[in-house]
Amino acid sequence: MNAHSKTRIARSRAALLLAMIAALAVTASTALGSSQSGKANTLTALIGSSGPAETYAVNNAAKAFTKRTGIPVNVVVASDLGQQLAQGFASGNPPDIFYLGNDQVATYAKAGDLAPLDNLKNVKSFYPSLRAAYTYKGHLYAAPKDFSTLALVVNTASWKGAGLTAKNYPKTWAQLASVAKKLTRNGQVGLCTNPEFHRLGVFMLQAGGWLVSKDGKTATVNSKANVNAFNFVKGLISSGSMKLTNQIGAGWGGEGFGKKECAMTIEGNWIAGAMTHDYPTVPYKAVELPAGPAGKGTLQYDGGWGLAAASKNKADAMSLISYLTQTKVEMGNAKAFGVMPSVKADRKEWLKLYPQFAAFLAGADYSRSIPTVPDIATVLGDFNQQLQGLPQTDPKSILNRVNGELQSILNK
Amino acid sequence: MATRVEAGRWWRWREPGIRGHQAAAGWLFIAPVIVILGVFLLVPIAMAAWVSFSDWNGNGSPLGANAHFVGLQNYRHLLTTPGLDQNNFGTSLRNNFYYVVLVVPVQTAVSLFLAVLVNRRVKFVGFFRTAFYFPSVTSSVAITVLFLFLFSPAGVINKLLSYFGATGPSWLYDPRGFFHVILGQFGVHESSSLANGFFLGVSYWDWLAGPSIAMCVFIIMAVFTTSGTFMLLFLAALQNIDESINEAAALDGASEWRKFRHVTVPMIRPMIFTVVTLGLIGTWQIFDQIYVGTKGSPSNTTLTPAFLSFNTSFNANNWGVGAALAFILFAIIVFFTVTTRLLTRNPDRVPRRRRFGPTQGLGNPDASRVASAGSGSTP
Repeated sequence: MNAHSKTRIARSRAALLLAMIAALAVTASTALGSSQSGKANTLTALIGSSGPAETYAVNNAAKAFTKRTGIPVNVVVASDLGQQLAQGFASGNPPDIFYLGNDQVATYAKAGDLAPLDNLKNVKSFYPSLRAAYTYKGHLYAAPKDFSTLALVVNTASWKGAGLTAKNYPKTWAQLASVAKKLTRNGQVGLCTNPEFHRLGVFMLQAGGWLVSKDGKTATVNSKANVNAFNFVKGLISSGSMKLTNQIGAGWGGEGFGKKECAMTIEGNWIAGAMTHDYPTVPYKAVELPAGPAGKGTLQYDGGWGLAAASKNKADAMSLISYLTQTKVEMGNAKAFGVMPSVKADRKEWLKLYPQFAAFLAGADYSRSIPTVPDIATVLGDFNQQLQGLPQTDPKSILNRVNGELQSILNK
Repeated sequence: MATRVEAGRWWRWREPGIRGHQAAAGWLFIAPVIVILGVFLLVPIAMAAWVSFSDWNGNGSPLGANAHFVGLQNYRHLLTTPGLDQNNFGTSLRNNFYYVVLVVPVQTAVSLFLAVLVNRRVKFVGFFRTAFYFPSVTSSVAITVLFLFLFSPAGVINKLLSYFGATGPSWLYDPRGFFHVILGQFGVHESSSLANGFFLGVSYWDWLAGPSIAMCVFIIMAVFTTSGTFMLLFLAALQNIDESINEAAALDGASEWRKFRHVTVPMIRPMIFTVVTLGLIGTWQIFDQIYVGTKGSPSNTTLTPAFLSFNTSFNANNWGVGAALAFILFAIIVFFTVTTRLLTRNPDRVPRRRRFGPTQGLGNPDASRVASAGSGSTP
């Protein structure tokens, strides 16, 4: 064996050694990583925050919980809640608790991602309608934390300018059409709102229609009542006294309203934050939506805390959820960022805090949440896409299409 | 024969003779690349392929107990089962098809034009090269946000148009198909014969919609952002052309246009293939602009297969269908790439071995005459 081949052997041995060290380092670091996440019982809470105020409030509540129980909580603000949840569920290592809208609860529950919360300590304190919105196949899959309803938000300056008084707040569809016409002046349109089911759906309820039949088994999107509702909306649009936000180039009703493109909009109580921060000079008031042929109706949006089925600290996570949904914490959130608490007992206290938003809370008496069906978010997403073309489409064709889509997921 | 195969076994650590340890060292040196490619490319692709044939619902590992083999069900769901998913898939294909058909030729032409411009010896050529390349190095998310402002209904573009007395559309909020708008000008509206026939859940009339006004914004944006990158590729190809060839062509009396058409273009043919292929792949995969800009609105006219695949998987929790969609998109891209290869193949069929020789790409008889004259005049 010559010197040359000896150095070659030495070199290849050195390379082998290096590779082994590298392999060891990788194994060691993964082992350390896994032991770290296994050892500590830190709870992770994934939230989709509306802004710094909400993040701050949730963090404070989590800190208070840690102080009381000694269980550390790590609050993570998601940039894309759905995507991050999906990654968590797939990896088998999801956040312990997380924000969960009632449009997704059935989809996740069906996939087995969620742990039932039927045994939550304070389960009886929630509004029954909120519990129903989070119930899938007889089990509660999220603890309601807050909710919002839609109301009619009016620009009081434009209202006065058009010669209207507090007596003129519309109680019927005819009155709504009449005030919208009167308010359409000086380059401002009377009413504007997002072209989506989550706003225009209120007219369906007011006309006596809904997405599904009472037993929840048949799609009723193209019912006569719903056709009436959208013909009414389309009539307002054609007459020029209403515009969809995509017609005026606004991202949502609050933007069109704040920029004085329209004098009225249909929005939830989250509009308060935008008005305070972005459009502080626009005077406004929220009133109940008018009643349609079948009476009053509005839509409700629910926020809740879900618990991951794969959570390793379910008991601790349950106590965190019941802590976060108790009156004191929910009222703190209400003060911080204006949401309506999910606990019945908080009603009076909230009204004292926000007397100007009584209309939103009044809506809770007759509001409805969307049906708890897997994949409903996809169908409503398509409904919204189709409604963007409402001004140039026959409402009936949109409703027929969505009816077919909804029926097919109900059949599954 | 058998023994030779035996000797050539790839896992053999020690080969007989003087190169005894080289195989082992070789495997060691390429091991990092194999590991990286395996972990980040091969394994994910294999897993996605498995998911596309399974009913995995996103809970736990796709290799675990929650996923079952369902054969071609997810593919059938997209291709042959009428419903929302098929309709969305057909719509996304239509949208992306018009996007590709408009973006790829325009960006190739514009980038070639820019490359020819900055290939000349003019003042400030460095400045222009940088300026044209600049959009390419800016993040696509930042440019999308910029375009959202430019093309907002009360934005700069519509303001500019208003100076010329024109009223701009509401751009990103306008779902009308471009071809439908033009046909509408001539009084042609939805005809029942086309509205009642369906392919992939989309009526023939809607297949002919063309890109929506909203999609046109993304088309303009794509040309704006990618032309610089491809200009750079073309510039490299142009600088590889020996100046003497152009001189020879000029001596033969060729005009500027003829020189471009019969010398430049044939000589950069391989680069044209590269640019068109990269363009096809990039445009069929459009995702981030849609994710940031419109999420498929208005009326699904900016929905693309890549975005739909993401949405079906992550938001609708329908992982099998989402993965199947990604593989169909992959097949589409392969199909278009192979087609481009066949179309841009040298018509004279120079044997493969010689294709990268000095007379590379000189298929045109005129050009090869010019080229040989050129090389003859070079000392």
